[in-house]
Amino acid sequence: MRRTLLGLDARGVIFLVVVLAAAVLVPIANLALPPSSPLHLPSHWVPLIGKYLCFALLALAVDLIWGYCGILSLGHGAFFALGGYAMGMYLMRQIGSRGVYGNAMLPDFMVFLNWKELPFYWYGFDYFAYAILMVMLVPGLLAFVFGWFAFRSRVTGVYLSIITQALTFALMLGFFRNNFGFGGNNGLTDFKDILGFNIQAPTTRAALFSISALALALGYLLCRWLVTSKFGMVLVAVRDEEPRARFLGYRVENYKLLAFVVSAVLAGIAGALYVPQVGIINPSEFSPANSIEIIVWVAVGGRGTLVGAALGAVAVNYAKTYFTTGILAPYWLFALGALFILVTLLFPKGIVGTLGDWLRRADRPSQANGIAGAAVGKPAE
Amino acid sequence: MRRLAILFFALAAFAAVLAAATPSRAEAFSDALAKFAADDYTETIDGIEAVTASGHAQAVSVISALAEGRLLFNEAKLVVIRDKSGTLLDPLTGKALQGAAPDDLKPVRLNNRVRRALEAALGSLTLLSSNSATRFDAAQAVFKSRDASALPAVEAALAKETDPRIKRALAEARAAILFLKADAPEAQRIEAVAVLAARGDQDSMSLLRSLPADAPPALKRAADAAIASVERGLVFWDFGQNVWYGVSLGSVLLLAAIGLAITFGVMGVINMAHGEMVMLGAFVTFQVQEWIREYNPALFDWSLAIAVPLAFLVAGAVGVLVERCIIRFLYGRALETLLATWGLSLILQQAVRTWYGANNREVGAPSWMSGSFEVGQLTITYGRLWIVVFSLGVFLALLFVLRFTRFGMEMRAVTQNRPMAASMGIRTNRVDALTFGLGSGIAGMAGVALSQIDNVSPNLGQGYIIDSFLVVVFGGVGNLFGTLVGALTLGIANKLLEPFAGAVLGKIAFLVLVILFIQKRPRGLFALRGRAVEA
Repeated sequence: MRRTLLGLDARGVIFLVVVLAAAVLVPIANLALPPSSPLHLPSHWVPLIGKYLCFALLALAVDLIWGYCGILSLGHGAFFALGGYAMGMYLMRQIGSRGVYGNAMLPDFMVFLNWKELPFYWYGFDYFAYAILMVMLVPGLLAFVFGWFAFRSRVTGVYLSIITQALTFALMLGFFRNNFGFGGNNGLTDFKDILGFNIQAPTTRAALFSISALALALGYLLCRWLVTSKFGMVLVAVRDEEPRARFLGYRVENYKLLAFVVSAVLAGIAGALYVPQVGIINPSEFSPANSIEIIVWVAVGGRGTLVGAALGAVAVNYAKTYFTTGILAPYWLFALGALFILVTLLFPKGIVGTLGDWLRRADRPSQANGIAGAAVGKPAE
Repeated sequence: MRRLAILFFALAAFAAVLAAATPSRAEAFSDALAKFAADDYTETIDGIEAVTASGHAQAVSVISALAEGRLLFNEAKLVVIRDKSGTLLDPLTGKALQGAAPDDLKPVRLNNRVRRALEAALGSLTLLSSNSATRFDAAQAVFKSRDASALPAVEAALAKETDPRIKRALAEARAAILFLKADAPEAQRIEAVAVLAARGDQDSMSLLRSLPADAPPALKRAADAAIASVERGLVFWDFGQNVWYGVSLGSVLLLAAIGLAITFGVMGVINMAHGEMVMLGAFVTFQVQEWIREYNPALFDWSLAIAVPLAFLVAGAVGVLVERCIIRFLYGRALETLLATWGLSLILQQAVRTWYGANNREVGAPSWMSGSFEVGQLTITYGRLWIVVFSLGVFLALLFVLRFTRFGMEMRAVTQNRPMAASMGIRTNRVDALTFGLGSGIAGMAGVALSQIDNVSPNLGQGYIIDSFLVVVFGGVGNLFGTLVGALTLGIANKLLEPFAGAVLGKIAFLVLVILFIQKRPRGLFALRGRAVEA
């Protein structure tokens, strides 16, 4: 395998260059160039692309466990949403007395519900560092507890998929309740500023965008490092032949658990970056349908390729924006549904996997079959 | 001495007044009538009570005329009844009024206080009606109003009554009055407590609780003991009611899950579009009812009977089509099947939404499914009962197909050992397609039943998919009895949790419990054992 800088392959280098270029060029195109310039980027595009990047990070997280470990989580939206809620709680505390009710002690929805004091689990969210800690800790801890039980009991395959779905469904029902103290139906919104910067200001949005791009790049490097290390090799072995990996002496459940927790933490960070850019977090983020959509991003881009997952997330979400804002809106679900079916039937390796196959076939026609298994690997379910 | 003399005179005067106030029955009645002419609410109420107490033959017609605004009076204190055809009647005799109709007649006015008095009066008066249903209703009304003035009427009715059901209602009404009647003998009141405790429902409980604080201690004790016993009874019935709700929910889950149990259990296929097959079945029902309304409304009571086979055929055909076009390419790739069928479910939902619109559609209930009956304190609606019967029927029919038909045998053979079945000459492709069709068809029939209790909208199926997967996984894959036990257990557990935790928290607790259960037994309650499991 050809290796370049940082031990990356060509695909990874291209990906990093594109993401880092976006981190610099998008803010410049939005802020420095005058609106008359043909290269000027309208302001509403900045949070939109930023949102795509957060989804890309989320897709990376899912690809880490699905593509490399064979864990199909239908509840990863839950970790994303938990990270988002942790950030949302910090942003709510930053509103202070500028809310509709002007109560410095309580967020608006608590005043509305006639609550007298802040619930204990809101303590500490006045501090950014604490909130960031929670962004990673809460999804990580939930994933740890959930994975600890599930993997030790050898719950695998579709059974695991179904209980992850049940998990996010249960969380959704819970967060929809007003007395859970997370704003119920309406969720958390109406944010004012983050670290003292106005959250609506173009400069803040540009900064958030750049941070999202950086997070995506770092997330990619982390995942890449994990899957190319010895740890990653064992993960792939677990994916392809779990009983054999176990008989070879690997503690399969520990490998799965670590991958699952890392993935959940990445998803939480993606959620935390997502919330200030879209300005709202509500319980519908927990809905099982959202979590399944993440899977299709990964499948479209190419499962088990990392770059493909990120690409799939951006492509599918761009298509969603394009469809749902135009006259084609009623047909979006047809398109999404067809995408699910066509990708699984015709392109099980997704865009990146299929392209990779073509390139390799063009490159070295005689060895194509030998390499395909090592680099991309068709999962044996 | 003077004081004694005054007392004596006072007593004598009082006796005289009493004597004057208790004239013969006819006089009392005509005196009472006069009060209606006073044009004063309090007087009217006095009149109502007096008329009721008089026991006069015309009392019912006077009171009901008053209630319907047909009791008229004029300045000359003449009171008449206008019957429904408009002729004026003499309230004393009930015969048509002789001579020219007096002018300036106007109806006796009513307000809410008067209406309440009227209701109580009608209650006690209709106790003697010849219609048994009226008598029963009247007894119930007296029980609710606890109007002490109705006591003589109740006792009179009780002496005459022969129907045991009405007799009991009357006894309860009498007990309700006596229980709160401060001047009744204590023994009678305690006896009343026993009658109320025997009735044992929420109404008697609130009545027992309403005993004033100054009641005699013996009575108070009896009432407290009765409250405790009624509470115990109510807890029991509450439990029974919850179990029934649980059975009802379980049968819905069974209906939704049973088709899934086949496709998942037999073929290992995760069909995320299963809920949409249910939804198709519900829309077939809607369409059948639309056609019936349009072409032959007389058939409406048969609409569900027509819809059941149609829904089976429509959903089954869609199932076979899906198996041939999508699923057969994905065998052995369970997770990919899950994604493809999820995509299919989006397409089916959106297709139905485009065709029928996103709103809820109204599906009517045939007459034999509406109404309810009571078993003890349990209320059982016919609709729910039929769904329980229907789902058990579907379950038994499926069991029969699996066990006693050639197709069922082939299906079991393919489940147990696919290569061996194929080498014995079973066309496994055909079996797969038909199995998927059967599972989908059953989902369609479930849709017909669910159209009766849920909103028929394109989203109908989504609400059931997670639950039915949990049922199948909980019960153990590839085992129909496991599905039955799983559905009923989850249904009842869910409903028993609800009173403690509320509907949403109950649901969450239920999901968490199932998640924990799967950790304990990853292959469900009745797991298949052997080599097939790991494959």
